Amino acid sequence: MRTVAEFRVEYSQLLGPDGDAVGDLPPFARDVEELVRMYRMMTLARSFDVKAVNLQRTGQLGTYAPCLGHEATHVGVGAAMRAEDVLAPVYREVGTQLWRGVTMREILVYWGGDERGSDFAVPRGDFPWCIPIATQTLHAAGAAMAFKIRRERRCAVAYIGDGGTSEGDFYEAVNVAGARALPVVFVVVNNGWAISVPLCAQTAAKTLAQKAIAAGIPGVQVDGNDVFAVRQAVSSALEAARDGRGPALVEAITYRLSDHTTADDAGRYRQAAEVERAWRIEPLLRTRRFLEKAGLWDEDRERALLADCAREVEQAVAAYLSFPKPEPGAMFDHLFERAPAHLAAQRVMATRRADRAGGH
Amino acid sequence: MVEAIAMAHGWEMQHDERVVVLGQDVGANGGVFRATLGLQQRFGGDRVQDTPLAEAAIAGMAVGMAAQGLRPVAEIQFMGFLYPALDQIVNHMSRLRYRTRGRLSCPVVVRMPHGGGIHAPEHHSESVETMLCHVPGLRVVCPSSPARAYGLLLAAIRDPDPVMFLEPARLYRAVRQDVEDDGRALPLDTAFTLREGGDVTIVTWGAMTAETLRAADELAGRGIDAEVIDLATLSPIDTETILASVGRTGRLVVVHEAARNVGLGAEIAALVAEHALYDLLAPIRRVTGYDTVMPLYRLEMDYIPGVERIVAAAERTMADSR
Repeated sequence: MRTVAEFRVEYSQLLGPDGDAVGDLPPFARDVEELVRMYRMMTLARSFDVKAVNLQRTGQLGTYAPCLGHEATHVGVGAAMRAEDVLAPVYREVGTQLWRGVTMREILVYWGGDERGSDFAVPRGDFPWCIPIATQTLHAAGAAMAFKIRRERRCAVAYIGDGGTSEGDFYEAVNVAGARALPVVFVVVNNGWAISVPLCAQTAAKTLAQKAIAAGIPGVQVDGNDVFAVRQAVSSALEAARDGRGPALVEAITYRLSDHTTADDAGRYRQAAEVERAWRIEPLLRTRRFLEKAGLWDEDRERALLADCAREVEQAVAAYLSFPKPEPGAMFDHLFERAPAHLAAQRVMATRRADRAGGH
Repeated sequence: MVEAIAMAHGWEMQHDERVVVLGQDVGANGGVFRATLGLQQRFGGDRVQDTPLAEAAIAGMAVGMAAQGLRPVAEIQFMGFLYPALDQIVNHMSRLRYRTRGRLSCPVVVRMPHGGGIHAPEHHSESVETMLCHVPGLRVVCPSSPARAYGLLLAAIRDPDPVMFLEPARLYRAVRQDVEDDGRALPLDTAFTLREGGDVTIVTWGAMTAETLRAADELAGRGIDAEVIDLATLSPIDTETILASVGRTGRLVVVHEAARNVGLGAEIAALVAEHALYDLLAPIRRVTGYDTVMPLYRLEMDYIPGVERIVAAAERTMADSR
């Protein structure tokens, strides 16, 4: 017997839970403006998230999937991407989308039951939210294939959760990405829970990063509550992909501090002690501590930032709440560019019924 | 017919550099039926790509490629292997444009062999067009001759929306016809009247047009003048052509290879009942495959409706007339 291949999975963390640097910090972590920008976006994502949950609880928003606890991963990925890259999100990546220019109003419009939320003014090329689990990984692979065929120096980034890595589409995506050296980076957000199923019931694999290695592409693990480590890992993966050195997978270890969605009650299946432990290593606090220790942050700045975020969120909420309901005929819009004739008759029927109902 | 399909690919790839071909064995091998023969040599490995053996990947990547500006023509090797790709087709390809309010779209063609009659192994002879026709946002097209395969495939590739292109496997090599490589498309959403007649309208599509035309010849010998309509685009249905014909004949027979239950024949019968019940002189009849699985090839021609069953249905329809 001889060993024909050997693999290992590396884990990186740059910022410990107490806000101390535990590794060599990359240049962006010494750029004050960039640091504040990242912390600001993480804070905005959380402010928005709290508000969105409240809107749902008060009957002003449909089911919503909170991002609580994922802010470092989401902002780290957003900051690592370039504007011309393409994102294939799942449905929880508020921080990345805000970073890329999707507005809070658009996010609310979507979860408020209106397709117009997915018509992002910016970024035009990003994929919309993707509810069928893991299917988006293949869209990212296809987008990357288009970039490769056209010799464009652009990359696609696909998100997927820990549960999503059990799906066939995920394996097909990492496999084809490796086989064709596509400029795509897969970010696995391992938050420990796929609704009520813990990771240990999901797979016997010791890491999710090793699933990439099985597909012949690099897979690394990072502390997903450490915005520096996430940004650093995704940046270098994107740089390699952009240079034609092929795809990679980054597994970000974090924790879903919220319920799965507003329709879920995580208290039914997980222990309060576990959630309390997770709060002690959550991403915002450690970033703030880092900034404070570096003399870049204090109580006043924090208060000002929270007030700023609250104002911005309230503006978005107001814009969302005053956004008119679509006309019933809109359900026939954009299904086809060249609509079949019979749809025109159905459209008239839907519009007429609505007019009659409105008349009563 | 298979040469006409390769020729249409070639014309469109030559004239539109956004057109790319992907699928299993479509490259050096030219596809298991040779429908993409010579394309990789002519246009290179970037534009004619062999994919890994993964149907969801073929469809899902086609979505991603189309959303970023390409016009993918994807081949699924046999219709029985379509199912892993259905998630991508139904949840994304058909509705990406709708979901993003026109921001991203999916001008994709998904080609696949359709139907039996070629002594193929198990799972290679399916005709499940109804599943696709039920999905909003898709066009479903099924040519019945080399010329229509060429013209309709060109139209499908040029269409800005996703098109499922079903190629009757038993016509791939059975039918020969000179087709001019002139880049001229045929219209989608349009049925073709293959034979005019005043007594009974027979609507069919794909490989069943062959049996139906033979049945019409046979019927003519018995004094029954059948009009044969090749539906060609299965979704949306060209209701106008069917209603105009039934208006003249007062009788309708629908012929399809697929199983009867909730088959496309039911939709056509319902449309005629809704719009032209009082034109009818006799009950509508369906001649279809049976509501059982497509048998292995020793029995496949017993499953697929033959000339005799079509003739008998038309004769009964005539006899039942008021």
